[in-house]
Parts: sequence; C-alpha cells; structure tokens
Amino acid sequence: MLNSKIPAVPLAEQWHTYQETTRLISPANKRRLEIIVIGTGLAGASAAATLAEQGYQIKAFCFQDSPRRAHSIAAQGGINAAKNYQNDGDSIQRLFFDTIKGGDYRSREANVYRLATISSKIIDHCVAQGVPFAREYGGMLSNRSFGGTQVQRTFYAAGQTGQQLLLGAYQALERQVALGKITMYPRHEMLEIVQVDGEARGIIARNLVTGELERHAAHAVLLCSGGYSNVFYLSTNAMGSNVSATWKAHKQGALFANPCFTQIHPTCIPVAGEYQSKLTLMSESLRNDGRVWVPKALGDSRPANGIPEAERDYFLERRYPAYGNLVPRDIASRAVKEVCDAGYGVGSSQRAVYLDYADALQKHGREVLANKYGNLFAMYTQITGEDPYTVPMRIYPAVHYTMGGLWVDYELMTTIPGLYCLGEANFSEHGANRLGASALMQGLADGYFVIPATISNYLSKHIGSSQAIIDHPAFAQAETVVKDRLDQLIQIPGSQTVTSFHQRLGKIMWAHCGIVRNADGLKTAIQQLQDLQAEFWQDVKIPGTVQSLNPELDNAQRVADFLELGELMCVDALHRQESCGCHFRTEFQTDQGEAQRRDAEYAHVAAWEYQQDHQWQCHPEALTFELAKFSQRSYK
Amino acid sequence: MKLTLRIWRQSAVQAKDQRVGKFVTYSLNDLSPDMSFLEMIDHLNQSLILAGEEPVAFDHDCREGICGSCAMYINGRPHGADQGSTTCQLYLRSYRNGDTITIEPWRSNAFPVIKDLMVDRSAFDRIIQAGGYVSVNTGNAVDANSMPIAKQQADAAFAAAMCIGCGACVAACKNSSAMLFVAAKVSHLALLPQGQPERQQRAVKMVMQMDKEGFGSCSNTASCAAVCPKEISLSTISQLNHEYLQGFK
Repeated sequence: MLNSKIPAVPLAEQWHTYQETTRLISPANKRRLEIIVIGTGLAGASAAATLAEQGYQIKAFCFQDSPRRAHSIAAQGGINAAKNYQNDGDSIQRLFFDTIKGGDYRSREANVYRLATISSKIIDHCVAQGVPFAREYGGMLSNRSFGGTQVQRTFYAAGQTGQQLLLGAYQALERQVALGKITMYPRHEMLEIVQVDGEARGIIARNLVTGELERHAAHAVLLCSGGYSNVFYLSTNAMGSNVSATWKAHKQGALFANPCFTQIHPTCIPVAGEYQSKLTLMSESLRNDGRVWVPKALGDSRPANGIPEAERDYFLERRYPAYGNLVPRDIASRAVKEVCDAGYGVGSSQRAVYLDYADALQKHGREVLANKYGNLFAMYTQITGEDPYTVPMRIYPAVHYTMGGLWVDYELMTTIPGLYCLGEANFSEHGANRLGASALMQGLADGYFVIPATISNYLSKHIGSSQAIIDHPAFAQAETVVKDRLDQLIQIPGSQTVTSFHQRLGKIMWAHCGIVRNADGLKTAIQQLQDLQAEFWQDVKIPGTVQSLNPELDNAQRVADFLELGELMCVDALHRQESCGCHFRTEFQTDQGEAQRRDAEYAHVAAWEYQQDHQWQCHPEALTFELAKFSQRSYK
Repeated sequence: MKLTLRIWRQSAVQAKDQRVGKFVTYSLNDLSPDMSFLEMIDHLNQSLILAGEEPVAFDHDCREGICGSCAMYINGRPHGADQGSTTCQLYLRSYRNGDTITIEPWRSNAFPVIKDLMVDRSAFDRIIQAGGYVSVNTGNAVDANSMPIAKQQADAAFAAAMCIGCGACVAACKNSSAMLFVAAKVSHLALLPQGQPERQQRAVKMVMQMDKEGFGSCSNTASCAAVCPKEISLSTISQLNHEYLQGFK
C-alpha cells in the first residue's frame, strides 16, 4: 500500500535524478497556484519564503503573535553540515552513516542521504542571509564536535543557533510579505483540513483573537507544525507547541509513523514542584567537563559537598568506562532513571543526580569554565537559586524532541494527496533517535530545498483547477465539524481545569511510555488513557465563550488531541517488540542490559492508520539498507 | 509565601480604548519561592477558572527567555527588576514574603492592548517588512567560507542580532520609541558584508515605517538599553543614526 516514491537508481544519484526528471511549472502558472503553510518555525518559514520566491502565492499561519516566535527559536546547540571545513575526513557519506547509525537503523536511507547531500547548501544560504555564525580569528566559520561525533561539522551561533537561523528564515518570509507574495495570519490556529475529491484543498482556521472561524482554500497544504513532546505535559517544548494540526490530518486519513519514538535529553533542570509548567534544557556540552554522580548509600541526605569522594558513585564512569559521562543521550537518560528508581536520587524530589564541576574547576580554573559554560551556569542559578561553581548542579532527563510524525514519501507528501509534512512534524530522517544538531538541518533542508523541488510534481497537475472552491460543500462541512467540537467543549458542565487533565496525561505517559517501556505498563497506560479521555469530555471546565479570545479553549482542544495521541504512542510502543534507539523495552535487552534490536522482525516504519476511536491499523514500510550495514552499538 | 498582585484587567471587546481597564487586586497565599513568575500567574488563573471567573490573558510561550512572547510591566519596569531577564525568567525568590506587585501591559499607542496583559506587537513585523533582511533568494549562495568575516565583526553583528523583539525597549521609553529594536536589526546587517548592498536604504525605510506605526522619537534617555533582556547595546542607536544619515547622502 505505501509507496515511498524513491527513485529507482543508486542512493547517491537519487536526488540529482529526481530533480532532473521532475515536472516543472512556468512562472506564469506558479502565480495562479496557492499554497497554505501551517507553522512558521524553521521548516514553515523557510518553505513559505522559498516557495514565494519561486512565484507561488502563499498563506502562512501561526498561533503565536508573530512568526518569529516559533519554538525553533529556542534551539541552542548548532546545525550539522558535511562541509569538511576542518579537513578532518568528513563527507556526505559520513554524515549519512552517522545519522543512520544514530537512528539505530530505523530511518529511510534515501531521505537521510538526501539530507546529508543538501546540508552544505543550507550553511551557504544562511550565511548569505546574514546569519552571524561563530567565526575564527582568520574570518573562517568555526565548527565544533557535537554529540560525540568524530568530526567537527557543527556550525553554531553561541548557544542561540536556532534563534539566528529562525530569524534568517523569518526575515526572508517578511520580505515576501512586503512583496505581496505571502499573506501572514498570526494568532490563527488550523483546526481542520478540508479535502475535496480526496485531495487537500484548504483548511478551517480559528482567529484566536476574535474566535471567528475562517475558510481558506489552496492547491496544496504544508504542515510544518513541529513536534508533540508536550503530550508529556512537562517537556522542553514551548507552552503552545501541540500536535493538533498533524492529528487532525491523521484522523482524516494521513498515516502517523513511529509515534512512540521520543527523544529524552539527560541534562535538564529537575522538576521543582507540582506547579512546574515546563522544563529547561541545559546544553549537552555540559557533560564534557561535568561528572555525574549519586551517593553510594541509600538515604544519604547530607549536602553534596559533605559527601566524601569514597562515598560517591560516578555511575556513568563505572558502567561505561570507555565513554564515561559522554555516553549517548538515551543511555545517559536510562542510567539516571535507574539510579533514581533505585532510591539514590538527590534533591527534594529525589528525581535528580549531581553534575559536578569540582574536578574541572581544580584542573582548569574558574575562568576557563566561565568561558565555556558561563551563560549556562547563570541560567541554572537563575532558575534554581544555586551556584554551580560551588555546589554541584542537579539534573534529570526531560522529553525534548519527537522523531515520529506524519508518514511522508520521498516528496514529503503524506498519504493524503496535496497534503505535505515538513520538519519535526514528519517522521523520516531521524529513525529511532536523532543526532545532536540535526533537527535544525532537517527543518531547513525540507523548507529551503526539498519541498520547493518536489511540490511542482503534484501542482503541475492542478494548474487548471479553480481557486474558487471555497464555496464547495466540503468547506461548509469541515467548518460545521469544527464548530460542533468547540461548542461541545465549552458546554461541558465540568469541574476540572484543562491543565489538570494535561498533567495527569503527562504522568501516565512519563510512567509507561517514557525512558523505559514494557508490555504490562503500556497496556495499563492504554486503559488509563481511555478512561481519562472519557472523563475529560465529561468533566473539563472551560471559562468564556467560543466567539472570543479564549486561551483555555485553545488549550482544551489541543489537550483533547494529545489524549488521543498518547494512546496511539502506547499502541505503537506495544507493537514494537524490540529495543532500538530511544525505545527501550525492558523485555528486549542484552545480557549486559543494553538495547536489543530485532532487525528481522522490526526493521520497518510502523505507519498507523486511524480507523475509529481507540482503533488503528499498522501499515509497515520495510526498511532496506543499500549502503549502511546493520551493526550493534556498544559504549562499554 | 504570600504576595498581593495588582493586575491590569481590560476586556477584549473594548480593547480599542485603553481607558476602560482597571487594576484588580488578588491575594495569593500558597506560593513557593521556587515558582517562576509566570507559574504564579498560571496558579492564579487555575483558581480563577475554578471560581468561574475569566483568567488573566497574557502572552507567553518558550518560558526560557528567547521567544520574546512574554511582556509584563512589573512594578514600573518591563520584565521586572532582574537585569538581562525576561518576565518568564523571573522567580518568586526575588520577592519578599508579603510584597505587593503591580503588573501592567506594555503601554504604547503602537502596541494596542488586546486583552488584560496581551498587546498587539505586529508593528514590529511591519518594520522588518520595510527592510530588515538581506534580499537573497534561496539557491543563489556562494560557498559560505568564500567571504571571510573578522571574528570581532561577526561577534558584534551577533550581539545586535540577539534581539528577541519583545518590545521592552518601547515599554520603557517615555516617548514609546522603537529605536533600539530598529537599531539592533540595522546594526546586525550593517556590520556584515552580506548586508552592504541594501545598507543605504535599509535604515531609512525601517525608520520611516517606525514613524508610520506611531512609535515616538528617540531623546537619548537610554531607558531602552537599561531594561533590554538581551542587553542590546545603546551604541547600536549611534550606528542607526549614522546609517540613517548615510541613507540621505
């Protein structure tokens, strides 16, 4: 059933061959074609700007008050590219291999190879836009090694790479707004896809200031709406980040792929109390000099500095002597969870471990550390009130990125014709785990280079089709569906707030579909989620009206979608009877407690079709590997 | 800990007229010093919802000081008293038990209040539309290292480019001037070789748009730089004035 449309030529020639043979559209015809873009992060803003430059007419939507505020802005670390500026042996093929291996052989080779191929052009374009990347004294671009790679291929702008890249894309977008090629709809949220004759031809959006529903027609719709980490309630995502755009598409027929693949970042600031609204990531680079430990004795409540050296367990160094504190994200997260589960956790919640700079301070001095981590230490002090120069930091893992998303083919089209999905919202490149500094690369590759090359293949068949389909009954129908749902929500005579449901959802997901999973826990979670959904629709309390600014109503409909997504994530995690990348099933581990992949049975993408409430069907897309050969990770 | 909040409440329907709002006092008794400022507002809103009242509307998103959404005027200062910090980065341990805190929206004709603490900052987007970019289409770029840029130059451009577009500069200025916001973008692009072809006109166009939006003039009181959460330097305004004059040569 699934056709991923991968060109039938060797891997290294696929993208070139595709571009040479795809259908083109003349400038005169492009002017008559309209495209809707949902979301203005790296993928959405870069796609909107580039498609407008090509001549298409664009309508772009974001729920924030300005497209510049999309959550890509918060990405800290950097962006990978196979430039080999450092002459350290990097190449397209090496970036490709690292990405496939990092994804634990659960990503599609063709897409990953294309991503590695495009990576260099992204850096060229961003520099041309005036993105102020870090530079060496000689004026050349600076690179750093990221996430344990053997080459230095990460470009960065201090700890604000995402901000600078997004502002570049945002400015390109605003330039097209000024030229009349993009109409921008901020403070708008897409609430339904409209299909005409089985093809995506528009959306129903809600103006979040007035509450009015609006119909928007186009020849194609691009979903660039980001990831769904907020299904866990607490995550490093922005408060507004949500799954609703892709979930609406999923319920209309777009397959959702690998929903259970969730990246959990080991170095976040721990939860301080029940009132906690979100978590803050501390850059992974902190593990370069910090040593992770817990007290050796259970119930040791002495302050960290009062625990002698001999009574500390440096558990990452002990368990992984070769990599020590620098083991990959998933391994570090799991080890931290294990020691805390066993009762060795520190701090008031006992859900934290120490990240200690005492040795590094002694060895390098305060000045060196301040140069490297000054801003991170300051951020930590601001949030916790503690000084990492004198007291060890406390860290705990947090949900950070979702590799799963809508299933797309090589052209980034979902299983609904005319509906595309870009960036974190789709599933394709990162497999079961994403490499550091690859999210920015993928978002911009999709928006600046892939979609502008692939969308003409579809749109060329629609040059003659009318723009005036807004009166088609499908729009009225879709609007009625949205209106009924909002009316139903606001009329529930409930007694519990939306946030209280969201918190309970997050606790179920974190307990059973988080760092470790097993069949019993997942089955329990599915039952709990179904009960919670039923309770939500009976007892949620939403103030205000539908026809007005109402952030609680906005949030209620997002949480309603998260409740359903959570169930599918557990269904997917239960289906995948293996451990791979971020997905650790306790039943499937090696004698040494490491993840046990089962390539013969599970080297596939699990793409889920929504059938009815609580019921999905899996359509596996088999993964074949032409260049990369299966190998088992070892960090001992 | 206990705090008393005086919050500006303004209904959405009458938002066109800034005079219809009023301060409403709320007493909160069960706060933790480890709560963030916005978590305190969340906490208040949860209790308002359960009591059948309208929650306080406010903009917020990333809650880590980078998206620029949050915008509260706290005890007479944008983003509160902490230096180099946004509202979302404030924690209650900065306050004393029993304090009274006054919270208002940004006040500027160019930033009309939408509801309560939420204002319309789309004027900033229109200023960027007037010229805050390099006109380069995707696909034209030469190799990124073909044009060396001195580290000092790149660092200075980055320092200006750190602006998050929150509008604190406008809120602090007695003239509601947007000079620091405009200066940050003009300086960022003027300092880089890629920004040179449009350099002459960029400053003029952006300043013209700033005036058109109803922002006031700059009278060099420097309150903008004093409250900027990203500590954008006042010297960017000197650079902007230089660029602006060059634009008329």
